Amino acid sequence: MIRVILPAPLRALARVDGELVLDVDGPATLRSLLDAIEAGYPALRGTIRDRITQHRRPFVRFFACEQDLSHELPDTPLPRSVAGGTEPFMIVGAIAGG
Amino acid sequence: MSDVRVLVGTRKGAFVLSADGKRERWDLSGPHLPGWEIYHVKGSPADPNRLYASQSSGWFGQVIQRSDDGGRSWAPVGNQFAYDGVPGTHQWYDGTPHPWEFKRVWHLEPALTDPDTVYAGVEDAALFRSTDGAQTWQELSGLRGHGSGPRWQPGAGGMCLHTILLDPGDPKRIFIAISAAGAFRTDDGGTTWQPINRGLRSEYIPEPTAEVGHCVHRIAMHRSRPKVLFMQKHWDVMRSDDAGESWHEVSGNLPTDFGFPIDVHAHEPDTVYVVPITSDSLHFPPEGKLRVYRSRTGGNEWEALTKGLPQRDCYVNVLRDAMAVDSLDSCGVYFGTTGGQVYASADAGDNWAAIVRDLPPVLSVEVQTLA
Repeated sequence: MIRVILPAPLRALARVDGELVLDVDGPATLRSLLDAIEAGYPALRGTIRDRITQHRRPFVRFFACEQDLSHELPDTPLPRSVAGGTEPFMIVGAIAGG
Repeated sequence: MSDVRVLVGTRKGAFVLSADGKRERWDLSGPHLPGWEIYHVKGSPADPNRLYASQSSGWFGQVIQRSDDGGRSWAPVGNQFAYDGVPGTHQWYDGTPHPWEFKRVWHLEPALTDPDTVYAGVEDAALFRSTDGAQTWQELSGLRGHGSGPRWQPGAGGMCLHTILLDPGDPKRIFIAISAAGAFRTDDGGTTWQPINRGLRSEYIPEPTAEVGHCVHRIAMHRSRPKVLFMQKHWDVMRSDDAGESWHEVSGNLPTDFGFPIDVHAHEPDTVYVVPITSDSLHFPPEGKLRVYRSRTGGNEWEALTKGLPQRDCYVNVLRDAMAVDSLDSCGVYFGTTGGQVYASADAGDNWAAIVRDLPPVLSVEVQTLA
């Protein structure tokens, strides 16, 4: 079980309140987590990573356990505390004006 | 009596204004899709309750929303806009090659007879079509493949395909316009395209009368006379009487022929509206006076329409997709400003009033006349 905190615009788009709680297939990695988010909430396809290239959108950041995971490779395992649901995985809109 | 619904896209959400045919009292709903840039909202002529909206964000990219109940509720639909093949390069601002990259949808044009068919004009410039209610999109890549693509370049707002005109008399004929490439036409439903820019002259490109490279801001037609087109170019107001084969200038006595929107009266094919803007570097009305100009002669002779519009200290802009007309007997004209006002005239421009103020900057205005 993985907990995911979305930024407010994406919570509204996905029509969810609070955290997402997801199970991923296989090892818990950035890629498998994003796959699970998009499978569970199709409205979010293309909003976190590009639909064609699958690259993280440039103004989206990934934080967890007080670390910046934005630049980790897609198949990097998530921290154990995130994979186990102790700590949330945070998807954050970059600070960019206002 | 018919009702009127005004669909307003802004920098921070969509708004819907409704009134009866008198157009005196307006109800506002919104913001819909709050916080996102809504470049365009438009209803299907075949089913007025079917609306499409382009929702985008610098953070979270492009979303397309659809409403099946006239804008009361919305649901996200397909947002995969994949160029056909390897998209190649266009010119960057400095003339160097730059890769074609999808950025956003500027304009959505529902088909005239099928509510599930809708066209999308996108940045970097291309035309897409959906035939399943915007769930999936396919590029009409003959446009980008015309061969002149490497010579197209972005205008200040980006290299956007912003105008899509469907010929009501010929379902295979479509006109589009790109800033800054120019106008194009297909006569075979979008398979092949030809540039239609003969007669345009643009001093900001190396060859002022080149086949492509012109910063066309907007094109308009009257549905009863689809071979007659009116164009607001970066500078110059132009007219074509032969479906774009040739253009001639009709700026006439306008105080400045720079501007963005242009539209045609619903019942008078030679009555045309523009909003002159000072210049390409001064994006506000001349002398701080917000004036719509109307020609009843198909161009050249223009009159200022000022009653109810601010005539001092006004420094807003009116963007290319932010003017529309209704089709009531006394034609209503509407436009939105970057200052957040939407002005309306129920008498073809003689008298104006703000039907809403203090919205976020207005990107687009469309009007539905409801039976």
